[in-house]
Amino acid sequence: MFSYILRRLLAAIPIALGVSMVCFALVYLAPGDPIQTLLPPDADAETVDRLKRLYGLDRPLPIQYLSWLARVAVGDFGRSIATGRPVAEEIRRSLGNTVLLASVSVLIAFSIAFVMGTIAGRRAGSWIDRIVTGIAVLGVSLPNYWLGIVLVIIFAVELMALPASGMAGERFDPTSWEHLQFLVLPVFTLSMIPVGIIARTTRSAVSEVMNQEFIVTLRANGLPEWRVLRHALKNALPPVLAVMGLQFGTLMGGSILVETVFAWPGSGYLLSKAILTRDIPVLQGTILVLALIFVATNLIVDLFQSTLDPRIRRG
Amino acid sequence: MTKRFASLFGAIAVLAALAPAPVAAQPESVLRVAMTAGDIPLTAGIPDQGFEGWRFVGYSLYDALVSWDLSRSDVAADIKPGLATGWHVDPANSRRWIFELRHGVKFHDGSPFTAADVVWNFDRFTKESAPQFNARQFAFARGYLGSFESIEAVDEFTIAITTKQPDSLLPYNMSFLMLVSPRRSAEVGNDADAFARNPSGTGPYRFSRMVPGERLELVKNTEYWDTARIPHHDRLVLLPMPEASTRTAALLSGQVDWIEAPAPDAIPRLRSSRMQIVTNAYPHNWAYQLNFVDGPFRDVRVRRAANYALNRPDFKELLGGVALEAYANLPPSTPYYGHPVRYEFDPARARALLTEAGCLPCKITLAISTSGSGQMQPLPMNELVKSQLEAAGFEVTLDVMDWNALLQVGRDGREKHQNVDGLNISRSLQDPFNGMMRFVWTQQFAPRGSNWGHYRSEEMDALINRALATFEPAPRLALLTQIHEKMSEEAVMLWVVHDLNPRAMSPRVRGFVQAQSWFQDLTPITMAPR
Repeated sequence: MFSYILRRLLAAIPIALGVSMVCFALVYLAPGDPIQTLLPPDADAETVDRLKRLYGLDRPLPIQYLSWLARVAVGDFGRSIATGRPVAEEIRRSLGNTVLLASVSVLIAFSIAFVMGTIAGRRAGSWIDRIVTGIAVLGVSLPNYWLGIVLVIIFAVELMALPASGMAGERFDPTSWEHLQFLVLPVFTLSMIPVGIIARTTRSAVSEVMNQEFIVTLRANGLPEWRVLRHALKNALPPVLAVMGLQFGTLMGGSILVETVFAWPGSGYLLSKAILTRDIPVLQGTILVLALIFVATNLIVDLFQSTLDPRIRRG
Repeated sequence: MTKRFASLFGAIAVLAALAPAPVAAQPESVLRVAMTAGDIPLTAGIPDQGFEGWRFVGYSLYDALVSWDLSRSDVAADIKPGLATGWHVDPANSRRWIFELRHGVKFHDGSPFTAADVVWNFDRFTKESAPQFNARQFAFARGYLGSFESIEAVDEFTIAITTKQPDSLLPYNMSFLMLVSPRRSAEVGNDADAFARNPSGTGPYRFSRMVPGERLELVKNTEYWDTARIPHHDRLVLLPMPEASTRTAALLSGQVDWIEAPAPDAIPRLRSSRMQIVTNAYPHNWAYQLNFVDGPFRDVRVRRAANYALNRPDFKELLGGVALEAYANLPPSTPYYGHPVRYEFDPARARALLTEAGCLPCKITLAISTSGSGQMQPLPMNELVKSQLEAAGFEVTLDVMDWNALLQVGRDGREKHQNVDGLNISRSLQDPFNGMMRFVWTQQFAPRGSNWGHYRSEEMDALINRALATFEPAPRLALLTQIHEKMSEEAVMLWVVHDLNPRAMSPRVRGFVQAQSWFQDLTPITMAPR
């Protein structure tokens, strides 16, 4: 087990390297560079060149990449070109906000979707299954930025019941409604897609297991229905967990669109700003951290899966 | 419950009345503004985020030697004394400007403002070897220091600036250069980031607190040197909100009191909720710079034809009325507008001009962007331009690109982009140099300057040189007017509209006067109680 974890962790290194390299190259493939966004549109070419030199952006790309890598290896993510603030600090702050948003969304989405999917899977083909499937399809197919705007119009603008955007302040206080109310709309919006995906996965996994022969055997043995369901769920859980892990990873990446609609200062918002301003240090740092989180989430899910189902123990 | 509240209230009122020295604890009055910027503009001197940064952060925390008079809405804003009380050119040397500095001004950290501070700040902008030199400040300042050669402190309250050639417009450029406190900078070891977290200037607001990426809070500077401009509210909260619909929702739900640039289609909704919509002309144009060397726009007849081909009221309608038809380069309220040719919609005349020029159908390529600061609604507007030009005999290819890519085309100049005939970059026309000269002066040929299409006219150069060497306002105004009229006669751009800079605010916001400027004075605003 230990060597498995170690190997998986080591495997994360080339993934992170690959991600950062591709991201670095993509930024340079796109037109414009950070200097462009630092300068007023009217700045002349000579100023651009001089500033590039001052920021070290006139060096060959591989050298720039390697020097960035060397600094990251010792934990120095550098400073944002756009704001001059340390990248590590920017990431820490925005990631904290995203963790808050994502974990609440995940908790809500997972519990609702799991219950919905289980009910539907047990009664596949029934009217309740159709309703759940309908909700799931709706959740997956509604563009969430659109949903966010509609929710804002209804609850913030018309009813004035909830704030339209932003966060209450620097320190989030989970005991105060003043702070919690800012979470309601983004959490609802953000959890729609995972609700849909997980409900559908759960439904198909449960209905598949329910059709297996051991269920018939369990029932023939006279087990009460709730115990049959327990066995069924245990068997249906691994694929659902895998999807949950992926969804959590995606939410942690921060939904760029949802965070932008609600002006939620999380990692997605940070990333979108960094893309628009070609702020390479912020972009590189954020993507690297997010990639590592994604890898770690998957690892945890894998470990969970293998404890639940020894058949998939790898290594 | 209500009763209990009422009696409680009554009791408090009685107690308050009985209190010996009733100091009424006024609630703090707060003005909350949603900006279009994606982040808080830089607080360490000259801000970023375009002129929005200057508007809300730059001129709030800082002053420049020269200020803008933003107190009136009926005339184009012009410059007035700022940290300098007056300026004149040295009678013995037309390249040397003397600025008399204001006495008794203090930075927010308490240190007095003197000539040495101005020199220190100029070194921060220009001198790479100085410990306070800052690359970003250099980049922002550079556009305004094109003619700058050197600076010296003549005495404690006088400085002299020497220019490379006579430059009668230098005071305009000085208005963009924010002066920061050398003492505070020294305290933080000249670290610009540390300075940005605890800035000190001379402006009407002091820094209160900042949550990076989320909000900047400023409080009124009760010791501001211009007592008429001590803010009439206690606190100014600035929030970056790049999404137009998010800003609109924030205003309607009472989260903010003021939003910049609501989407035109949201304006009726805002009006129906009793929000104030204010608009005014300001020095902006949405136009195309043309290629004077490689394509059909070499011929003035083709340039005029294009200008006659557009029915500008259609654009105003497309933009929900928040635009002003642009028949010439500058908005008509500009003092040096003069009597330019008025290019009214006349497709028959356009076609006749094209026939005369031997260019029918006249194939042109216009480089445009999908979005960008000041670009308004580039895609539908460009489609409309294309259809109207084509109705008059042009054949238009729109070369659509990312905003940054378009800026790069703009910076490169026509030489690298000979297939491009027109460039759609909205420009700020804040002063005579930025509003006119840089587009038509041979010294400003791209990539050195903003004369993207290499317009060349000896007569125009002579006018510009004379204007720059004329220090008396009245004769200079006459020369500037001639430049504008000549630009129009020569049809040096394809003009479409001027933005009207809509902003929306809650009915509680009182006392705002929208100046005809990219900058605005927030200090007179009072907030009515809820």
